[in-house]
Amino acid sequence: MQEELFTSGRDIPNIDPSLQIWHWPIALYLFLGGLAAGILFFAALFYVLGKGKEYPAAVKFTSIIPPIALSIGLLALVYDLTHKLYTWRLYTTFRIESPMSWGAWVLLIVTPLSFLWLFSYYAENYPKTEEKLGLLKKFKFLRTFEQFLKTNRIYIAYALIPLTLVLGVYTGILLSAFNARPLWNNAILGPLFLTSGLSTGAAAIILMAKTTKERHLFGKIDLGLIIIELALIVHMIMGYFAGSQVQLEAMELLVGGEFTLMFFGFVVLLGLIVPAILELIELIGYKVPVIVAALLVILGGLIFRFVMVEAGQLTRFLY
Amino acid sequence: MRYAMVIDTLKCVGCSDCVVACQTENDVPIGYCRDWIAETVKGVYPNLELELKSERCNHCDNAPCVRCCPTGASHVGVGGIVLVTADECIGCGACIESCPYDARYQHPDGYVDKCTFCHHRLEKGQLPACVSVCPTKCMYFGDLDNPNSEVSQLLKNRKHKTLAPEAGTNPHVFYLI
Repeated sequence: MQEELFTSGRDIPNIDPSLQIWHWPIALYLFLGGLAAGILFFAALFYVLGKGKEYPAAVKFTSIIPPIALSIGLLALVYDLTHKLYTWRLYTTFRIESPMSWGAWVLLIVTPLSFLWLFSYYAENYPKTEEKLGLLKKFKFLRTFEQFLKTNRIYIAYALIPLTLVLGVYTGILLSAFNARPLWNNAILGPLFLTSGLSTGAAAIILMAKTTKERHLFGKIDLGLIIIELALIVHMIMGYFAGSQVQLEAMELLVGGEFTLMFFGFVVLLGLIVPAILELIELIGYKVPVIVAALLVILGGLIFRFVMVEAGQLTRFLY
Repeated sequence: MRYAMVIDTLKCVGCSDCVVACQTENDVPIGYCRDWIAETVKGVYPNLELELKSERCNHCDNAPCVRCCPTGASHVGVGGIVLVTADECIGCGACIESCPYDARYQHPDGYVDKCTFCHHRLEKGQLPACVSVCPTKCMYFGDLDNPNSEVSQLLKNRKHKTLAPEAGTNPHVFYLI
C-alpha cells in the first residue's frame, strides 16, 4: 500500500485535486481547427487537381465554414488564456520546440487565407447577397481585389495544402508533446487528430454536396479515413497496453474507466463504426440518409476532442 | 554554476514552516503555494513507513515547461533556475500541463507563477526563504558544480533520490533517504 497526501493544505485552484487548466474552449478549438483544416485541405487539393467544377461543394460551397470555424476557435483560444492582454507576445517570437508557437503562427497564416478563399468565391456562391449589397459594384477596389484573388487562387491552394496538414497535425501534437500527461504522450495523436480532422471535413462536404456523385466520392474518402482512424485508435490503445505503469493507468480511463462509455460508445461506435456502415450501405446502392452518417462523424469528432482533453488532464506521474 | 536543493527526508518533520516562509517572502496569494509538504505512508499495518518532504519546482535541466512555452516567458536563468517572466506570459497553461510535478499555478493576476529558488535573495547572498527558516535544518542549498559545496558533499556521501526521474526531466531538487 502506498498513500500520499499533502499535509500543508495544498489546494491550488484548477490543480488540486485534479488538473483542470484546459477547459471546453480548448477541446472546441481542437475540433474546429481540425474541421477547418480538413475542409480547406480538400478544397485546395481538388482545386489544384482541376476538379473545382466537378466537385463544387468541396471547393466552393463549404468555403464558408473554415473562416467561421477558425474565428470561433481563435476566440475560444483567447478566451481560455488567463493573461489575455499579453496575447501579442505569441507573435514577437517563434519557438521551434513549442507546438503552441507553431500553431499560433500557422493560424496567423491559414485564417486570413481561409477568408481570402471564401471571398474569391463570394460572387459565385452568393449572387443574391451580392445583388442586395452590391459590394463589388459599389467599391472598385473590392472588384480589383476579387479579380486578383481569382487569378491567383492556385497559389493560395498550393500554400493551403501543406499549411492545413500542419494545422491538422498540430492539434494533436499540442497534446502529445506533454510527457507529464501519459494519456496524451503518444506519437499517434498527431496523425490521429489529422485523420479525424480530415474525416470531419469530408463529412461537412457531404452535408453541403448537391450531387450524388460528389456525395459518393466524399463518402468513399470519409470511409477510408474512418478505417485509418480506427486503425490508429487500435494502435494507440496497443501503445498504452505495452507502455509503462503510468500509461497503463491512463489507458484504464478509456478501457473500463470513467471515459469508457464516452470513448467506445460515442466516439468509436456512434462516431466511427455506425457512420462507416451507413456509408458502406449507401455505396452498395441502398438509399440511406447520408446526413445522419455525416452528422455522426462530426459529432463523434467533437466528443473525441472533449474526451481526450478531459481524460488526459486526469493522468499524471506523481500522487 | 548549477544551483540545487537537497532535502533530508530523515530530518523533515513536516511543520510547513517552509511553506509559510515562501508565501510571506514571495507575496504568494492566499490559497496558493509555491512549495508544499507531501506525506507518504508505505506498507501494511503495523509495518508502516512514513516519509515527509517539502516539494517545489525541481528546476529541471531538461525542463518541459521551458520547451513548450510559446512565448519564451518560461526560461532558464542564471545557475539553471527556471523562471517565468510575468509580462511575457499569456497564461495559456501549456507549462502547467507539461510539468510532471504540478509545480506551477495560474496566479490570480493571470500569469503563471512558481518557485524561483528565491533568486532575488540569492543575488544578495542570502539563502532561499524556505531553506533559511527550516527549524530542523533539513534543507540545503548550493552550487552542484562546486565539488566542495555542502550540497555536492551530501549527494556524494548520502543515499538520495529525485521525484519522478522516469519523466526524463533531470530534476535538481534532491531528497536524502
